[in-house]
Amino acid sequence: MDTSIWRALIYLAGLLAFAGLNAAYLGWCERKGAARIQRRIGPCEAGWAGLAQPLCDGLKLMSKQLLVPEGVDGIIFRVAPVLAMIPAITSLVVIPFSDNIGARAMELSVLLLFALASLSMIAVLLGGWASGNKYAIISSARAVSQNLAYEIPMLLTVITVVMLSGSMNLREIALDQQGGFWHWNIFRLEHGHFLTMWIAFIVFFICSVAETNRAPFDMAEAESELVAGFMTEYSSMGFGLFMMGEYLNIVIGACLTTTLFLGGWDCPFGLTPGVWWFLIKIYILIFTFIWIRWTYPRTQIYRLLNLSWKILIPFSLANLLITAALIKVF
Amino acid sequence: MNGYWSDIFTGSKSLVTGLLITAREFFKPVVTEQYPYEVPVMTPRFRGHIELIGNEETGQPNCVVCGMCQRACPSTCISLDGRKAEGGKGKVLTHYTLDFTKCSLCGLCVESCNFNALRFSKDYNLVSFDKNDFIMDMLKRLEEQNRCKQ
Repeated sequence: MDTSIWRALIYLAGLLAFAGLNAAYLGWCERKGAARIQRRIGPCEAGWAGLAQPLCDGLKLMSKQLLVPEGVDGIIFRVAPVLAMIPAITSLVVIPFSDNIGARAMELSVLLLFALASLSMIAVLLGGWASGNKYAIISSARAVSQNLAYEIPMLLTVITVVMLSGSMNLREIALDQQGGFWHWNIFRLEHGHFLTMWIAFIVFFICSVAETNRAPFDMAEAESELVAGFMTEYSSMGFGLFMMGEYLNIVIGACLTTTLFLGGWDCPFGLTPGVWWFLIKIYILIFTFIWIRWTYPRTQIYRLLNLSWKILIPFSLANLLITAALIKVF
Repeated sequence: MNGYWSDIFTGSKSLVTGLLITAREFFKPVVTEQYPYEVPVMTPRFRGHIELIGNEETGQPNCVVCGMCQRACPSTCISLDGRKAEGGKGKVLTHYTLDFTKCSLCGLCVESCNFNALRFSKDYNLVSFDKNDFIMDMLKRLEEQNRCKQ
């Protein structure tokens, strides 16, 4: 079965469906979550509880004109939204959803994921650059400086996890954490790693919020100052693809956090590990993303960089050293 | 390093406080009103356009056609007319029109009325494609209100 073409096709269809459904329905979740936090009821007109809303939004976006303004860099302008979407979908290939669900378990899947994550930053940069719009350029410059600043602590914490598991294969990392929550990297009991690893988890989570350009780190599309940032000139599905890419990046971030820190598909009490535990964990994390977005106001760009350079990087470095020391000593 | 650790601690604490507040709000009941499905109850002092007050028993307008409201109106929205009452003293209202397109809801007409014949209505669903819909016949409105009462 492993080499059969059917396996590839089924995974392709499954991953595309997973990506599409998530990209569509996270928009709905986001709006419902925001509404609940602000004590409204959110979308409720289209379908039961507004569940047909993503469909309507999609149809509306597709029926609009794909406007290419004068003075934009035509090819790059058209390519950028697609480039935002491709890495997000490709990343799903290496995510181990469960013991036996996972398209490819590559040896360097962690590395691949972070390479792809940087690629989606390039999409933002290209989109902003090609638009030929002041707001868009400022926004993409901000996005790049922010992503660069947050990639460092993120990778440092990932190195810690990789040291603990001794592998860069996401599947191996998840397998290493099986057997109850005290084996998960965040609470890892053995050799006292739990002392610092929860800090690494928080650092990683903050970084993944920043990497996905989500509020309170949404400097790239600060509506109140930069109109819509790099998306200013995009209409129709160009905009739609950027939005879908953003939501998919959240899913990837949640999947990655789950796999690296929360034991992947492992049940907290070692009972019935399976893909449902993976899904429960990622949706709790995704809810936290939404929760955070509707709680905090946007930070300023220099505070954002301060947070990264002054707090997150020293903390993740210290954590790296302590973990290395613990591994060496025991 | 001055204040570095305290910044981190107070900062984290305030972030957690914020999250807890939104989490609490998340489970509280909805405060918005779903307008077309839920109709708001207007407060007693809501100032809609004016309307005539009918007599409690007969339903006839309290108006004695003194014309004070007409004179008080700064935008000349009100026009009214009456005729001599049959067999009795005083006048009977024959028509009363409010040009709501010009009305600024100042309420001077209601204030000037000494016979308890005018009040603010509680109408707020005022939408139309036709300007003439806002030149309102108050007598007809009162008749309709009387019909609804019966």
